[in-house]
Amino acid sequence: MAGLAAVFGSGAMTNSLPEIENHDVIFVIGSNTTETHPIIGLKMKKAVRGGADLIVADPRKIDLVRFSSIWLQHRPGTDVALLNSMMYVIVKEDLLDKKFIETWTEGFGSLKESIASFTPEEGERITGVPAENIIRAARLYGNAVRPGIYYTMGITQHSHGTDNVCSIANLALMTGNLGRESTGVNPLRGQNNVQGATDMGCIPDFYPGYQKVALPGVGKKFEKAWGTKLSDRPGLTATEMTIAAGEGKLKAMYIMGENPVMSDPDMNHTIETLKKLDFLIVQDIFMTETAELADVVLPAACFAEKDGTFTNTDRRVQRVRKAVEPPEEAKEDSLIIIELAKRFGYEIGADLIEDVFHEAGELWPALAGITYKRIAKAGLQWPCPTLNHPGTPYLFKGGFPRGKAAFSAIKYLPPAELPDNSYPFLLSTGRQLFQYHTGSMTRRMDAFCDVSPDAFIEVHPEDAEKLDVVDGDIVKVTSRRGSIEVRAFISGRPSRGVVFIPFHYREAAANVLTSSFLDPVSKIPELKVCAVRLEKTEG
Amino acid sequence: MVNLTIDGKKVRVRKLSTLLDAAGKLDIPIPTLCHHPALSPFGGCRLCLVEVNGSPKPVAACTTFAKEGMEVVTSNPRLEKMRRTTLELILSDHPQDCMVCERAGDCKLQELAYFYGIRENRFKGERRIYEKKDGNPFLVRDMEKCILCGKCVRICDEIQGVGAIDFAYRGMKTKICPPFERDLDCEFCGQCVSVCPTGALTGRMWANKGRQNFKEVDTICPYCGCGCNITLHIWRNKVRRVSSREDTPNEGWLCAKGRFGYSFINHRHRLKKPLIRIAPKEKDEGRGRKEEINPSSAPRPSAIFREASWDEALDYIAVRLKEVKEKHGQDAIGGLSSARCTNEENYLFQKFMRAVIGTNNIDHCARY
Ligand code: SF4
Ligand code: SF4
Repeated sequence: MAGLAAVFGSGAMTNSLPEIENHDVIFVIGSNTTETHPIIGLKMKKAVRGGADLIVADPRKIDLVRFSSIWLQHRPGTDVALLNSMMYVIVKEDLLDKKFIETWTEGFGSLKESIASFTPEEGERITGVPAENIIRAARLYGNAVRPGIYYTMGITQHSHGTDNVCSIANLALMTGNLGRESTGVNPLRGQNNVQGATDMGCIPDFYPGYQKVALPGVGKKFEKAWGTKLSDRPGLTATEMTIAAGEGKLKAMYIMGENPVMSDPDMNHTIETLKKLDFLIVQDIFMTETAELADVVLPAACFAEKDGTFTNTDRRVQRVRKAVEPPEEAKEDSLIIIELAKRFGYEIGADLIEDVFHEAGELWPALAGITYKRIAKAGLQWPCPTLNHPGTPYLFKGGFPRGKAAFSAIKYLPPAELPDNSYPFLLSTGRQLFQYHTGSMTRRMDAFCDVSPDAFIEVHPEDAEKLDVVDGDIVKVTSRRGSIEVRAFISGRPSRGVVFIPFHYREAAANVLTSSFLDPVSKIPELKVCAVRLEKTEG
Repeated sequence: MVNLTIDGKKVRVRKLSTLLDAAGKLDIPIPTLCHHPALSPFGGCRLCLVEVNGSPKPVAACTTFAKEGMEVVTSNPRLEKMRRTTLELILSDHPQDCMVCERAGDCKLQELAYFYGIRENRFKGERRIYEKKDGNPFLVRDMEKCILCGKCVRICDEIQGVGAIDFAYRGMKTKICPPFERDLDCEFCGQCVSVCPTGALTGRMWANKGRQNFKEVDTICPYCGCGCNITLHIWRNKVRRVSSREDTPNEGWLCAKGRFGYSFINHRHRLKKPLIRIAPKEKDEGRGRKEEINPSSAPRPSAIFREASWDEALDYIAVRLKEVKEKHGQDAIGGLSSARCTNEENYLFQKFMRAVIGTNNIDHCARY
């Protein structure tokens, strides 16, 4: 979420779940919300029932389209062009919030220049969305009183993901649609505690609470708190670690509860690089594809077997409670880390898990006011700096952390890999309602496998006809990086020339095909767009 | 605002409040089977009948709006007799199945029968028998126990926005089912199960897993970032059911993963002991069957890993990590933490990498 943090000084959802139903316009771009965030999807439907207008921008005819007033079916990877031409309309029709722009932002002039050529017609040429729909959507959003923008991986998993996020921020800033109840910009975090893992400093350039490791003052503070010398060199991101391992620079890895073999792009390459490590530790609840490559595998406890907190996508810190004992010798991750640290002569944790939470709160004021007792019944949303602070449902009331928010002039660049004669289809990947992430949990449950048994590739009926493929045929899908065989599912959801594969299945892992072009800023790989060829297999 | 009197007590409610809402404000109980505060009123079960302004013709409290000066009586011998008769009619074709019903103890119909002391039934008659039972893996739809309150139909349409089920057929044959009795659109969210007042809709994985003496533990769903509040129903160290309270940010609604996706917790493939590799890495052993790799769930010893004690595994890790650090420096070590672990675990993990190993090479999967 680097992009949003750069613009506002914070990269979290600015509104909260209960506010969704009070939007008058909801703009969902690059998020198949009803499948990836089902309950947020319900809240959106509730808003629509209450009279809100829903704008959906998605290359596929996702379920939310049924509830939408406008569906913008743009070509994958053309989000910036779509947003720029919407902004063109907003500028032209003077739907700007001039006072907001003046008081709270900087750089509007250069943004205005950068979009001057993005007429709706130009937008149509690049995105494939009819100009009139771009105009309608722009007017709807521009005239709204309490609009909210929602996006997920569809926006960030591109080689220009950060650009996409900045464009969204531009749109919200020029219309002054931030810092009010039910009005804001909302990145939806995928897994249940992505927000918390980021908050807690599991990122290479920040300590807990988004405090830069490279700032001397910050380093000093943490050195004092932790009683040891710390490095001020920002570390490697996950994708950079894979690269460094491939080059032989990274020698050992400790992986807790992650399965990069399945979740990273270019699977064969990930396996090769992980094998090159001198030493790999994997701590998980199942023998995952990554654990199979480890030198030591440690059995962890699952969510129902431990106490602690999760922070969900709307910054709500909520209590996780131990309900059952872990199987045999499996242990809570916290206990494993504490034990391991002891072997280096370091006392890392306190006796109670709540003490760990308070240690984080002492170092990051946004959590200082939260105690397990306060969140026993209902969670609290950070920032919550004092013990009597009620928490913060929406961000940026009365200003941005970094003073003024900056517009960023974004040049539209096409995706790094586009279809050509040898690879004529655009492949997009994503999640499915009945499976979860790399499938290590959901695929072990029969009920879920019954309704979502195997991988498939969604193909538009007209494309299927050209390929002479019927529903259920096995097709070979090839990209520049590898090929897989998968069942064809003929469906009107993607547009012509676009195919879709969910990424949960190891026997037909979509990530064998995807490209590892990285966004230059956030280092997120371009999982959403790559070029492939389809062939019918015999037999 | 509107002022009215219910059972002699004065109450002030907002315009467009129903008599049921108003009684609720006074904490006066009125029995219902088809009412749910989040759903449109239906007025189908006829249990919430009340008398207004002394008129002998009772009205349904759930569909009648409060008006200024109304005088409402919620209970008298006549109303109670009508309620009892209504219940007897509902029960007349209900399977007398409580002994083996998954919902016994948590069933609104059973509870009302209990309060009205209904044992024998004057109206014993023809029972509806349904042959077709659909075989989806999440929901059991036992339509013989359905009382046609329509809550599931409304929730599926109004909250879930799916409309997977509706009333079908007529008269004695009336039932609720998906179109053509197949699960065409159902998302298996189980919203319908959560509001069903009887044993007509239950979770398939609940069957014979216990229904009493559950320990209830409130926690958070482990799957997506919505962070739905869930309640685990535990019996003998196993999760038997999952539900969600209505006073939560998710309003009690869940999706199929949150509501029915708990059996992985006790899956036989869980890792149960620390494992140390014995096979060389070059061999392409990956992509095999999980059962053969993980000795704690394998029928025979694995050729790739052997079991170890915690002390052995952790000592070994410490030695190897120290070796790497000495030879190649602390930045030759990297850590990936998990978006599925708690805040506390993530905090400890990054502290371990930074304070113990001495590197900032730490990341998690937010980028994916
Ligand atoms: S499970 Fe959900 S989608 Fe299916 S019938 Fe019930 S409410 Fe509707
Ligand atoms: S119940 Fe469904 S929507 Fe709610 S947190 Fe779990 S996975 Fe997400």
